[in-house]
Amino acid sequence: MSRGDSPSVETRRPDRAALIIAVVLALIAGVIFWDVSRLTGLAGYSQVGPTTVPYAIACCLIVLAIWTAVEGFRGDFAEREPQQFGPVAWVVGGLAAQMLLLNTLGFSIATGILFAMTARGFGKRQLWLTIPFGIVASFVVWTIFAKVLQLSLPAGPLERLLF
Amino acid sequence: MGTLDFLLQGLLVAAQPMNLLYALIGVTLGTAVGVLPGIGPALTVALLLPVTYQLDPGGSLIMFAGIYYGGMYGGSTTSILLNTPGESSSIVTALEGNKMARAGRGGPALATAAIGSFVAGLIATLGLAFVAPYIVKLALVFGPREYFALMVLAFVTVSSAFGDSTLRGLTSLFVGLTLASIGIDQLTGQARLSFGVPDLLDGIEVTTLAVAMFAIGETLYIAAQGDKGPDKVEAVRGSVWMNASDWARSWKAWLRGTFIGFPIGAMPAGGAEIGTFLSYATEKRLSKHPEEFGNGAIEGVAGPEAANNASAAGTLVPLLTLGLPTSATAAIMLAGFQQYGLQPGPLLFATNPQLVWGLIASLLIANFMLLVLNLPLVGLWVKLLTIPKPWLYAGILLFATLGTIGANPSVFELGMLLAFGLLGYVMRVFGYPIAPVVVGLILGPLAEQQLRRALSISQGDVTVLFTSPIAAVLLVIAALAFIVPLILRARGRGEVLAQLAASED
Repeated sequence: MSRGDSPSVETRRPDRAALIIAVVLALIAGVIFWDVSRLTGLAGYSQVGPTTVPYAIACCLIVLAIWTAVEGFRGDFAEREPQQFGPVAWVVGGLAAQMLLLNTLGFSIATGILFAMTARGFGKRQLWLTIPFGIVASFVVWTIFAKVLQLSLPAGPLERLLF
Repeated sequence: MGTLDFLLQGLLVAAQPMNLLYALIGVTLGTAVGVLPGIGPALTVALLLPVTYQLDPGGSLIMFAGIYYGGMYGGSTTSILLNTPGESSSIVTALEGNKMARAGRGGPALATAAIGSFVAGLIATLGLAFVAPYIVKLALVFGPREYFALMVLAFVTVSSAFGDSTLRGLTSLFVGLTLASIGIDQLTGQARLSFGVPDLLDGIEVTTLAVAMFAIGETLYIAAQGDKGPDKVEAVRGSVWMNASDWARSWKAWLRGTFIGFPIGAMPAGGAEIGTFLSYATEKRLSKHPEEFGNGAIEGVAGPEAANNASAAGTLVPLLTLGLPTSATAAIMLAGFQQYGLQPGPLLFATNPQLVWGLIASLLIANFMLLVLNLPLVGLWVKLLTIPKPWLYAGILLFATLGTIGANPSVFELGMLLAFGLLGYVMRVFGYPIAPVVVGLILGPLAEQQLRRALSISQGDVTVLFTSPIAAVLLVIAALAFIVPLILRARGRGEVLAQLAASED
């Protein structure tokens, strides 16, 4: 479940993560070039148009990508602490669940599930207790924000049952 | 009319019962959220922005100002009682304040922080009121190229001048600028980088990005550190009140901190944390009890905390007069203005003086309220610190997603929230600063607009950017702010800069 990244400072080997970041930066630059190239011909009289700044940004991203790659090869990229991915997965799962369930089950139930899964990520394992607690807490929040402050929060079966 | 007349008019606006109520709600919420560990002022402001959605612009900005100041007060309580400074501006407070709390002097530490914040907030807000009209006059002669130069300076100081790596600061900034290019181009109506997705045409919401990066990124990062046991909260033992010697040692430190912090915050450049470090160094040098520094010297809490609040008020000078956010918190405040179609800047002082001066006056009122809220009620805020981590972070995510859902209840928006949250997490793991992304996102389109205007006027001649004396000077300063830290770091003097990192606000 958990895996430690080896600190890169002492080893002086090429830092894989830095190289990946460099590639991602270069890819983003490529996407900008590709997307903005569709807009050519729109630059006006002054040769300054909607494409000028994105091109400049993309060029800078390429420079930054090269710079990151150089630091990665020299092995003096950032130090890192070991990360545990289990808890991260629980929290991300909770956010994904809320996102997918929000419009069918409504704010309270979807957010209650997010609440419980986040608490699980931080070590509260009793989901049969935390899910109902989360739903009640979210429902109270829903009542305050949707009814008193008039914010439009999606209602589901639970909200329709009680209001 | 002079500044005083405007300020008095502003006080009349701010003293209306409804506005007083908004200010009170603002400072209470701001303190409550700001006290929570791991939540700095930037996130406090971003999380509470949705509360203000349904109010009129005046009331909402007044509540917002209260939230801003409340978040600042709350943050100092956390760093004194729980040695985990959520934001870099509180590191120094934690240094001495936490030592005092361990020695059973938590009460006086909290008191000197609160009263110091009050004194600094009062002087700095008055400073804001008196300085602003002059800068507004100055700003009226600014053309597009001067504005562009100013923004370049802000970009450099926010991203690369401080922190431990020029490379990572700049990378963060350009990630923000890339995100800023998404959506419809303001000058020609062309859709850029939106790949035919209608949800992207309006661009990326600053609040979505800020909440995702600060709240979700931080939650994921803390979760990934695993269970290291509960943080130790220092109980407030003994009296909250300061004795005569505490007062004698504090008052000069408050004033010095204020006069160090305000100008630094008011400069149209990022890095407002420098003030706290400068103030700490000054107090250490001037103190009659230098041996106490490192073991809980009250001057070491009083000075930096005053400097911190004074520079927070100072940040409002470039924000209100030039529309230039120089911290993540200010960037989110600018987003708060923009939701009402208001663009801070010299024009706002002319077109909407009631709003601007009402806002400044309500900062003064919020400051008084905070003093009352913080000193006697400190026990209540301390209780908030003892919330166990699972409930705390579950609650943070509840409110973080609530804001996004309230603004735009779509699966796509929540998907962006999750994606940026993951981005924020990865950036934290590799030590990339977060603030430049947020500042880049909100300042990017403004800088682009000014640049293109300047270049259209000159018919594409780039040299025009350097031929105005003001713009040339600003660009030279920006270049120095970029090059000097590079040299310092190359010579191994980077630790000083790393300490000044603007990680949160």
